Amino acid sequence: MLPYIARRLLYAIPTLLGVTFLVFVSVRLIPGDPAVAIAGERATPELIEQVRLELGLDQPLLTQYGRFLLGLVQGDLGTSLRTRLPVAPEVWRRLGQTLLLAAASLLLASVVGMFLGIVSATRPYSIFDNAGMVLALLGVSTPVFLLGLMLMLVFSVELPKMLQLSGPILPPTGSGTWKHLVMPAVTLGAYSTGIIARMTRSSMLDVIGHDYIRTARAKGLSERVVTYRHALRNALVPVITVQGLQFGTLLGGAVLTESVFAWPGLGRYLVDAIFLRDYPVVQAAILVIAVGFIIINLVVDLVYGLVDPRIRYG
Amino acid sequence: MAEQTRSFIGQTPAAPAGRGTARLVWRRFARRPAALFGLAIILVFLIVAVGAPYIAPYDPDEADFFRARQGPSRDHWLGTDELGRDVFSRLLYGARISLRIGLIAVGIGVGVGVPLGVVAGYYGGAVDNIVMRLVDIMLSFPSILLAIGLVAILGPGLENAIIAVGVVAIPVYIRQVRASVLGVKELEFVAAARAAGASDARIMWVHVLPQCISPILVQSSLQIAAAILSAAGLGFLGLGAPADVPEWGTMLAKGRQYVFSASHLTTFPGLAIMLVVMGFNLVGDGLRDALDPRLRGR
Repeated sequence: MLPYIARRLLYAIPTLLGVTFLVFVSVRLIPGDPAVAIAGERATPELIEQVRLELGLDQPLLTQYGRFLLGLVQGDLGTSLRTRLPVAPEVWRRLGQTLLLAAASLLLASVVGMFLGIVSATRPYSIFDNAGMVLALLGVSTPVFLLGLMLMLVFSVELPKMLQLSGPILPPTGSGTWKHLVMPAVTLGAYSTGIIARMTRSSMLDVIGHDYIRTARAKGLSERVVTYRHALRNALVPVITVQGLQFGTLLGGAVLTESVFAWPGLGRYLVDAIFLRDYPVVQAAILVIAVGFIIINLVVDLVYGLVDPRIRYG
Repeated sequence: MAEQTRSFIGQTPAAPAGRGTARLVWRRFARRPAALFGLAIILVFLIVAVGAPYIAPYDPDEADFFRARQGPSRDHWLGTDELGRDVFSRLLYGARISLRIGLIAVGIGVGVGVPLGVVAGYYGGAVDNIVMRLVDIMLSFPSILLAIGLVAILGPGLENAIIAVGVVAIPVYIRQVRASVLGVKELEFVAAARAAGASDARIMWVHVLPQCISPILVQSSLQIAAAILSAAGLGFLGLGAPADVPEWGTMLAKGRQYVFSASHLTTFPGLAIMLVVMGFNLVGDGLRDALDPRLRGR
């Protein structure tokens, strides 16, 4: 197992370097003088010069990248142009909120998705199967902003009005309590629910066709034991991978959900920064989400290797 | 026989993909009601997109402030927006924009991704290594994040949003086509073409690429859905089309401030996006099943 882990970690290094380089270069690709673009069209020549010096734009590109990497290793993500404060503390605080939202969504998507997948696979082509797969399809096709706004409309306005309640059942925006988390988590998790349900179904159907399942049935085991102890365990291996990959996708997808529900996460911070042309914040937020995505993919690979020895030695 | 020999030496014919295969694939596709339903959605979408100027009951930009934010009625089937413009007509014109987004984005993905995938898979070695490391780096970003990042660099706007969504599709095609080429290039007919003296370029484009069309087709259907969804997401965030353009995501974003008083302004554009995305997803799934040789006979 150790050589496998070492190999995977080594593979991740060039990707991490590539991602940091891409993000670093992208800010310098903004058309025109990056210092002017960052400081703003109406900035004074002194401010433009200050930005140029701060970013080290007067130095060779590789030197700049070296300094950027060194800063990253020391936890320095730059300084916001708007607040003039270091970006890192705000990024970590908001990352916590995004991780909370993504984790809640994944938990929900896993429970509901696997349930739908198992129900569909154990009764293939029945009405349960069709209903489960229609739900999965709706999850995959519904834009998060539509689902979010519709949930808001129902649980914060229409239902309370119908039931003559004094306030909303679930708060439409904000954060702080579990009630605030419900609608954003359902919204963000809908897509992953669909993916996990479809994966669970096809993986279960694949496993159910194998000889050892026939053997298990032939030796008189109950259908329940065959389904849950023999089929599901083996069918779960690819599902675990999908769940891991979905966690990364949820980190990215959170950008939209956070905008709908005014959730104080990294995604909303990023979008606000784009409008304010606060490029150090844009750079830091994209970098942190991308590195998080790589780390999650790495962990998924390692877990996959752990549960399926064929991958390790392949 | 002589003609056959000549054709082998001179032109090396491509591996045959007969009309019978297409008929078989269609038969298996048509056996799936979900796939047919998806195809019907796409057909309606195409008709609406092409015929919007003839079908739309109103000019999509014609404002009528006395009728602002009215719900669905006989005059305005899907109601009016905050400027009193007909939502139904704007949705019809929006279909044109969505179609353009889907086609151009997939065009960028196929145009750049497929050649790179073929070259990487066919030559292997250093070329493959460089291309695939770049793919790894691009795929290290969640797709919507990569699109947002690109728009942040290029600047908000519909054209830039389409480019961003297209660029996001490139690594997906490279990885998929490369995988197909790796399998196909070991087949005997490729060895035969090489023995007959065909150049690398001819083998790649005439012999290998046609064998990789099925997965590209499936991927393209799914990618059109993803592109429309991502571009609508960018529009919703205010990073896509300008506010006056009837792009569905932008319409939804505009209607969002009235979600509690005039919910039709968000519901209808949202449903339009959902239906079209579902249509392309269903057709993509149906095609994948119909083209999968392992499912033959089922």
